[in-house]
Parts: sequence; structure tokens; C-alpha cells
Amino acid sequence: MSEQLLDTESIEPIEKEPGRFREALHQLKKNKGAIAGLIIIAIFLFIAVFAPVIAPHDPLSQNIELRKSAPFTEGFLLGSDDLGRDLLSRIIYGGRISMIIGVVSVGIALVFGILIGVISGYYGGWLDKIIMRLIDIMLAFPYVLLTIVIVAMLGPSLTNAMIAIGISQIPRYVRMVRASVLAEKEADYVVAERSLGASNFELMFRSILPNCLAPISVQASLGVGEAILSSAALSFLGLGAQPPTPEWGLMIASSREFITSAWWIVTFPGIATLLAVLGFNLFGDGLRDMLDPKLRD
Amino acid sequence: MVRFLIKRLSLLIPTLLGVVTLVFFMIALSPGDPARVMLGERANKQQLETLRAELGLDQPLGTQYGLYLKRMVRFDFGKSIKTGRPVMEEISNLYPATIELAFFAMIFAATIGIIIGVLSATRKNTWIDFTSMVGALFGVSMPVFWLALVLIMIFSVGLDLLPTGSRMNVRYYFESITNFYVIDAIILLIREGDPKYLSSAVKHLILPSVALGTIPLAIIARVTRSSMLEVLTQDYIKTARSAGIKESRVVYRYALKNALLPVITIIGLQFGLLLSGAILTETIFAWPGLGKWLYHAIEARDYPAVQGGVIIISTTFVLINLVVDILYTLVNPKIRLQ
Repeated sequence: MSEQLLDTESIEPIEKEPGRFREALHQLKKNKGAIAGLIIIAIFLFIAVFAPVIAPHDPLSQNIELRKSAPFTEGFLLGSDDLGRDLLSRIIYGGRISMIIGVVSVGIALVFGILIGVISGYYGGWLDKIIMRLIDIMLAFPYVLLTIVIVAMLGPSLTNAMIAIGISQIPRYVRMVRASVLAEKEADYVVAERSLGASNFELMFRSILPNCLAPISVQASLGVGEAILSSAALSFLGLGAQPPTPEWGLMIASSREFITSAWWIVTFPGIATLLAVLGFNLFGDGLRDMLDPKLRD
Repeated sequence: MVRFLIKRLSLLIPTLLGVVTLVFFMIALSPGDPARVMLGERANKQQLETLRAELGLDQPLGTQYGLYLKRMVRFDFGKSIKTGRPVMEEISNLYPATIELAFFAMIFAATIGIIIGVLSATRKNTWIDFTSMVGALFGVSMPVFWLALVLIMIFSVGLDLLPTGSRMNVRYYFESITNFYVIDAIILLIREGDPKYLSSAVKHLILPSVALGTIPLAIIARVTRSSMLEVLTQDYIKTARSAGIKESRVVYRYALKNALLPVITIIGLQFGLLLSGAILTETIFAWPGLGKWLYHAIEARDYPAVQGGVIIISTTFVLINLVVDILYTLVNPKIRLQ
């Protein structure tokens, strides 16, 4: 054992970490896609935080006389909807909701996914077998269907939509984290730390987990984009946000009857969704290229 | 190989049992009372209890689960609360519509996706490559239901080229034989020599297929590109080139053949996902398939219908994944040996 402690190779993985991230930062400057994604995300986060300051109107205030005003008329930059509400203000507040949905859903998925994945991979045995069977069963449901079924069970609301999306995204993190833990847990540095008396908890979350963060961060970025899309889809089906919430999917849903008369009500919320999701996808793809060239597709 | 098959197939039963069990408990434990849904808000306590006894809802959960499993083995999902007809009968009437839509969506996605992927790979870092990959990124970032509405807005409302929904011109007297309208229309074309049915069926398929096929198209294009890029750097391609074989032959004859392996896997997996993606597309295009039906069943809290629909879609998904897995192993000797 003492020989292993002196072995320089055994400490290498821990020391390599900051270097890899500095390297990643350097790569970031070269990766135009990731930069573009980061800028888009930053803009949307800014809009989300400062929505009340930026929005020219109250997103809920109706003005029936000015309903379905075209863009650039009556002081509505992007026009008004069927109840005379300012479309731009609603899209801005919708951005706030979508950012919250993305972060909360992925947060739920991350917390449970990492926890279950680490435990499953670290302890192995029958516990691991049971967990993996359960994950297989969850993956037997197509993702969209799983979110719909969970929301249908919990009852339609924005909170339940976030929970459903979070639960549906758990399996991917469990599998990813478990695989990483399996690869790391016999590594020299873990064996060394264990012999120094580190507890299971310390080994799992302080020694092993940091070495699995690269693929998780990539998946998390892509997951936020997916969560925004899924919540829009659930709201579109009437299973997520409820009127008059300015949620993008709900706005698109309620625009359905106006496709013949007011194109802007249909078009702009969709473009907002597209751009926000694009930002997270660009950043996620870029991050993947930076952190691990082997993962590149 | 035989051992692999046995192992893979033996995993199927517990997975399907898990699916069926999960669906049962999700619905059994969800708030809301099926008897109340069936009888409406004005039913009195007496009526509710009679119906609950009739449906077996007064039994303990374990007994209910046992009875449920027995019915599942016979594919008996009970009767729809809304229509009163057997759920399995409704599903088998509606499923062909969904499969037809998913099939055409996949044809669209695979053809265009592979062409784009090959073009970007062979012209790496040109504007063609750049535009295609940005386009693919837009494709996966877009809300599908929004794309569907925009398509309707442009091609149906604006240009009046294509219908906004349903499967066939309602004014045609059309009785379906197979429930696959394109096949029916071809039969009619042969029998009666009238192409109007076929043209109507195809026209109705275009917009929903494009909407449903966009995400798989983008994914297939990306996978084809990366797979082609990898194959094109391999030694046998260099050898073929140095032997003076025409570049187009090298690309399409030698490289593409091997590059398509992961693409085919993706096509299979995406096809399974299309069946559930159809819930949104069918709802927008008033496509009378399983997806739209399931959506209305959820809305109406029609428990037996939801149960049946979810189980059938998931089972299909699991089976498709299994077939893809087996096919992949069959054609890829590297995996088979392990």
C-alpha cells in the first residue's frame, strides 16, 4: 500500500483536473459555435433576470380595442395578440419562465441522476442490478410519451411539467454517472484515498464524482434546451402552463386559430423558443468538442 | 450469436412486465376516480359504488394488479370510457394511420438526411457543410408543433397548395380496406384507374411528414456526416483512391456502404421515437391516428384507453430497439465477436 501512495501516477488524475479546464477555456476561445451559444444564453439569462425592466408593457394587461395589431403599430414592436396584449413583453416574460423551467428540470434530473448513478456504480451488486432494471424500464417509454404520462398523472400545471421533464431526464445521467464511476472506482487514486481512511461518502462525491463532470456538463447544457422544448410541447397540449401565463408553448398553442389572420402571433414565440434552445445546443456541442475530442460526432 | 439472441430476448420479458407494471401503478395511484370520470359530476354515491364494484376498483390494489396482468397477457385493455368500445379494437383501427405517417416521415428524413450528410462530409468546411450543419442544428432546436403551424400557414393558408389536415379529401367517397390510405389508394388506382385518391392521400401526407421528420432528418444528417468523415480517413479508402478509382465511386460505392451502419441504427431508434412524436403532429394536422387519440384520451381521463395506448406505443418502441440491436450485431462482426 505504501508503495502505491508514493506512485506519482496515482495522484495524477486529481492534479490533471485544473489543467484540463484551463485547456478547455483556451479551446472555448477557438470554438465559434460555443461562443455563439454562450452569447445567446447570456442574452436570454439577461432578459430573464431583467424582464420587468426591459418589457415595454405589462405581459398580462389586455387592450381589446388594440387586439391583433400588426408589428410596429400602436406602439407594439412585435404586434399584439388576440386580447391586445403586447407580444414582445409576453415573449420577454416567457423567456424568464423558460429559463426557470430549463434550470429546474435539469436540476431535478441532475440531483437524482447523479445520486442514483454514483450509488449504483459505487456499491454495485444487487442494488445496482435493481436500479439498472428500473432505468431500463423508464427508457422503454419514449421520452415524449413519458413526460406526457407523468404530467397526466400529476395533473396539468407548469410545476408538474417541470417535475415530469426532470424525472424523464434522470435515466441518462444515471447511466452516464454509473459508467464513469465504474471506470474510476478501481483507479489508483481512489484505492489510495480509501487506504488513507476516506469514507465511502467522501470517495463517492469528493474523489470520484469530480472526474465524471465533463460528460455531465455537456449533457446538462443539451438537457436545458430539451427541457425548454418539452415544456413548450406540454403547454401546447394543455398539460403544462395554464393561461394567461406567458409561456412560449402556450402562446403558440393559443395562436393556432389566428394562422389565417395574424402571422406574428404564431411566428415570434416560436422564433424565441428556437433561439433559446439553439443557444444551449450550440454551447453543449461546443463544450463536448472542448472537453473530449473523442466524443465529437 | 445464438447466445446473444437468447440473452437479448430474455431481457425483453422483464422489460415489458416492468412497462405494464409501471403503467398500472401510475394510473392506479394518480388522483382522480375512473368511476367519477365515467359517470360525470352529478352521479350519486350509490351509482359510483356500483360502478366501482363492477370495474373491480373496490378490490385491494394487489388483487387489481393480478387481474390486470391476466388481462394484459391477452392484450385485453378493457373498454374505452368515452366510446364504450374495446380499447384494443380502437387501437388496431388507428395504428395503421400512425405507422403510415411515421413511415413517410422517416422516408423523407432518411433520404434528405443521408444526402445532406454525404454532401457535407465530402465537402467538409465548405459553405455547403457549414449551411447544412447550422440547418441541422436549427432542426433539432425547433419546436415541432410550431414548425407544423408555420408550414400550414405558408403552404396551406398562404399558397393554398396543400391541405391543412386529415388523411383524404372528405368529398371523396372512400372506404378503407387496409387503413393504410396510400396502399388503399394504389389498389383503387389499379382497380378503377382513378388517380385522384392516390394524389389526395399523398398530398395530405406531405406537411405532417415534413413536420414529424424534421428532427430525425437533422440527426440523420449529423450522424451520416460524422460517420462518413471517419470512414473516409481509413486506409482502404486511401488505397482505392490511389488505385485511381473515380472519386464518386469511392464515396458512394466504398465509403457510404460502411458509413451507413450507424445511420441505420439511428433510423431505427428514431422511428420508435416518431410514434410518440406523432402525438403532437397528429393533433395539429387532425391526423386520425393513435397519437391524436391518445391525446384526447388523456384529456378526457379515459384510463383504459390511456393504459392501452401507452403500453402499445412503448411495446412497439421496445421491439423496434430490439430489432435494431440485433440487426446491428448481425451486420457488425466486431461486436458479434465480443
